[in-house]
Amino acid sequence: MATFRIKRYNPEKQPEPYYEEFQLDIPQGATLLDCMNQIKWTLDGSFTYRMSCRSAICGSCAVKANGHALLACQRQASHLVKNGDTIVLEPLGNMKPIKDLVVDFKPFWDKIDKIKPYLQPKTRAPEKERLQSPEQFKRIDDSSTCIMCGSCYSDCNVLEVNDKFLGPAALAKAQRFVEDSRDGKTHERVKELSKPGGIWDCTHCAECVERCPKPARPFDRIKEVMTVALEERVTNNTGARHAISFTKSIKSSGRLNENTLPVESVGYFNVKGLFDLLPVGLRMLFKGKIPPILHKSIDDVDDVKRIFMEADKE
Amino acid sequence: MIKHDVVIVGSGLAGMRAALEMCKDLDVAILSKVYPSRSHSGAAQGGIAAALGNSEPDSWEEHLYDTVKGGDFLNDQDAVEEYVKAAPDVIYELEHFGCVFSRTPDGKIAQRSFGGHSKPRACFSADRTGHTILHALHEQLLKHSKSIKIYSEWYMHSLILDGDRCNGVVVSDIRTGAVEVMQARAVIFATGGYGRVFNITSNAFAGTADGVMAAFRAGIPLEDAEFVQYHPSGLYRQGILFSEAARGEGGYLLNGEGDRFMEQYAPARMELAPRDIVARAAQSEMDAGRGVDGKDIIHLDLRHLGEARIMERLPQIRQLGIDFIGVDCVKDPLPIQPTAHYSMGGIPTDKTGHVITDEQGTRVNGFFAAGECACVSVHGANRLGTNSLLDAVVFGELAGRSALAYVNTVGHAKVNESHEKTKVLEQFENIFQQNGSESYNDIRDEMKTVMTENCGVFRDEDRLKVCIDTIQKLRERYERGKVTDKGKVFNSEIYEIIELGNMLGMAEIIATAALARQESRGGHFRTDYPKRDDENFLKHSLTYPKDGELEIKYKPVVITKHQPAERTY
Ligand SMILES: Cc1cc2nc3c(=O)[nH]c(=O)nc-3n(C[C@H](O)[C@H](O)[C@H](O)COP(=O)(O)OP(=O)(O)OC[C@H]3O[C@@H](n4cnc5c(N)ncnc54)[C@H](O)[C@@H]3O)c2cc1C
Ligand code: SF4
Ligand code: SF4
Ligand code: FES
Repeated sequence: MATFRIKRYNPEKQPEPYYEEFQLDIPQGATLLDCMNQIKWTLDGSFTYRMSCRSAICGSCAVKANGHALLACQRQASHLVKNGDTIVLEPLGNMKPIKDLVVDFKPFWDKIDKIKPYLQPKTRAPEKERLQSPEQFKRIDDSSTCIMCGSCYSDCNVLEVNDKFLGPAALAKAQRFVEDSRDGKTHERVKELSKPGGIWDCTHCAECVERCPKPARPFDRIKEVMTVALEERVTNNTGARHAISFTKSIKSSGRLNENTLPVESVGYFNVKGLFDLLPVGLRMLFKGKIPPILHKSIDDVDDVKRIFMEADKE
Repeated sequence: MIKHDVVIVGSGLAGMRAALEMCKDLDVAILSKVYPSRSHSGAAQGGIAAALGNSEPDSWEEHLYDTVKGGDFLNDQDAVEEYVKAAPDVIYELEHFGCVFSRTPDGKIAQRSFGGHSKPRACFSADRTGHTILHALHEQLLKHSKSIKIYSEWYMHSLILDGDRCNGVVVSDIRTGAVEVMQARAVIFATGGYGRVFNITSNAFAGTADGVMAAFRAGIPLEDAEFVQYHPSGLYRQGILFSEAARGEGGYLLNGEGDRFMEQYAPARMELAPRDIVARAAQSEMDAGRGVDGKDIIHLDLRHLGEARIMERLPQIRQLGIDFIGVDCVKDPLPIQPTAHYSMGGIPTDKTGHVITDEQGTRVNGFFAAGECACVSVHGANRLGTNSLLDAVVFGELAGRSALAYVNTVGHAKVNESHEKTKVLEQFENIFQQNGSESYNDIRDEMKTVMTENCGVFRDEDRLKVCIDTIQKLRERYERGKVTDKGKVFNSEIYEIIELGNMLGMAEIIATAALARQESRGGHFRTDYPKRDDENFLKHSLTYPKDGELEIKYKPVVITKHQPAERTY
């Protein structure tokens, strides 16, 4: 017998949310969504949430389970049982609850709208298909798997304090066009995305990668957009300047020299995240291939110098 | 009263494509009970058919023949011809919209093999083809958001018909519970399929027959309702789909003895025979006790494809196996069973998307339908894989074009708002006031079970009679159901109850039409009439509402190029 501790909210009945517990035997092989349906259909018909495909493709059923966003239809309920017997269910974060686990997605969609989420083709449509190599397809393969479930948006730390931030899903969607070989607005796009609320407001916590149920992995896509922004020399903004001086600082000392970084830079409190950005800065400085060794950890100044020398050579 | 030039109900591939066809000229509303990009088209994995000839020479003539043969010669061949001819341009247009397709080494749209198609004709995007097309269309919808009003999470209850003319729909806002009349010069239904009447199904929870039943209640017949497609590879007990692409890429089907049993049933095409044949073969093996571990399980074996190919071509299928049953298809075979998958039948339309009501092709003015809810019929008795995404896009576009032309000739007609609204409000009130003791959940479960067991892959007279009888009793019990949630805000329970009402109606229509068709053809197999009977049944069924009963009539099949022949693979 498992306990489902569910955050309930019904503005027609009472203004404040409250927790209610339901006991349920988890049937073998049941997903969390199966259990939620069981609760709704046999214990309390007023329990409310969204669902449709029940195969992890429509993006309807994202909820918070034990504090983290996930797709209810994609997880075996038994794997989620904590402390012996309990699963805590709450609505997604960073969006207003409407009723129980249903939240208002309006801000999420509004931000998707902001990134001009459609192809702006480079060329007039040919008679047949535009050609795109398998390698070019690969660059947008992952971002195009996004199902707009909002899991990343729910758990992004920046959105908790800055609701102007476009957020992981919109930025991942932006990568889909920035790196689409058929799109003609790359420069305009990265310029727009480099403004406040865009890519440089991300703190590199990578929470969105943890939460994403698909290969879309927003933070990985954000890094790709950053790379393109630097390659396109869209550097007249705090975030880009920060990345560049960070790279310079590492190059000279092998260490992060806080003094050489612009103090007014926003959002950077995650050093590990900045290391992730090293290659981005490097690419900008040397416009070449990144030696694979860069992805390893850097303990030694000489190592770092060597890496930069190799990069210089290319 | 809300007023638009055109209201489209449903925002899957068909609905969105229709909207794009009209938005430059008209004030268009598109309404969906789930957010548009959550429509079930997104679940389609394998591909969309078109004779592009990107990997082998191909032609529309071959696509036509494959489709007609796959449909067991019940297809209307004039419609099929237009449809397969339109296919390549429709795909190129999707590509121009920005749709993300997998590519050949020289940069063209990649194509792969699919059941019943004699050429590699399925354009695809890894194993999420429906998803990428749905999102590409959704992107276009956002691009044209000034001229297309999206009513997301609104529910369509009924169709407003005045004689032979359609003037709008009655709808409600799920978020507030407010009922509204939407007046329009034309209405397009693109409400999808109704696989949810079955226990084991690949369909989403939203696939509940609302559209077809709204048309039926307004007096419009349903065509070929007995033809339901069972897909051979649903996840054991759940029905979630493992795309035919898995077989297209070379997967094997094995019975409990480890044999590739398709050798006995379709030696030439093996695993890539059309779905009806493979599903029957799988069911026969299980019925004969040759399922895996004696259970209703067949194995889908992909191990010989190797991890690299699986990851490139079938990544989502691998993930589904891992998430939903903890089986990694790189290492182990997947347990599957046939699952109710596609509705060949639906609202009768002509090949321009106009809804028609009889053999003469009498139109309901201003009412159009496209996609899975419609029956043109291009699929006949059995749809080939990858042909229905194509159907949704081709006829979505055509219905949009026809509606545009129609709307330019008429104004808004008078609608008796309070009368139309009251009917729906009463329905809500009745459910709230009912105060019965029956559990809607039990009713739903019993309906689904009886449909899968008695109106499934194999049917016969006795079983179908049991089925009809059970459904009728369930409909009586439905009138004494018990509701918990009486609120207005996002009351998903009340919508599930209304949907159940629609499904009970549809279930009875399917079983009744199946009982009347005393032959076996395509997806409809009668063990008591195991042969196709062209003399008596080479015709479409039309099921009409008549004084609370069902009346079945027939209309002829349009045959142009290909005379019915025996169907071997
Ligand atoms: C798992 C799976 C895989 C498939 N794979 C393939 C494939 O590889 N190739 C292929 O060709 N076909 C495939 N199909 C079939 C194909 O996906 C569908 O036939 C097709 O997508 C139907 O599109 P549609 O636009 O008609 O309807 P849908 O996409 O189902 O959309 C229906 C719309 O109607 C709305 N709606 C319904 N009722 C109401 C109401 N009362 N009020 C308001 N809105 C309502 C819904 O919200 C939704 O927006 C697959 C089907 C499934 C289930
Ligand atoms: S990595 Fe950036 S976008 Fe992702 S959750 Fe962290 S702050 Fe948000
Ligand atoms: S990026 Fe991932 S988590 Fe975010 S909306 Fe898309 S699929 Fe969901
Ligand atoms: S129900 Fe569609 S993603 Fe879970």
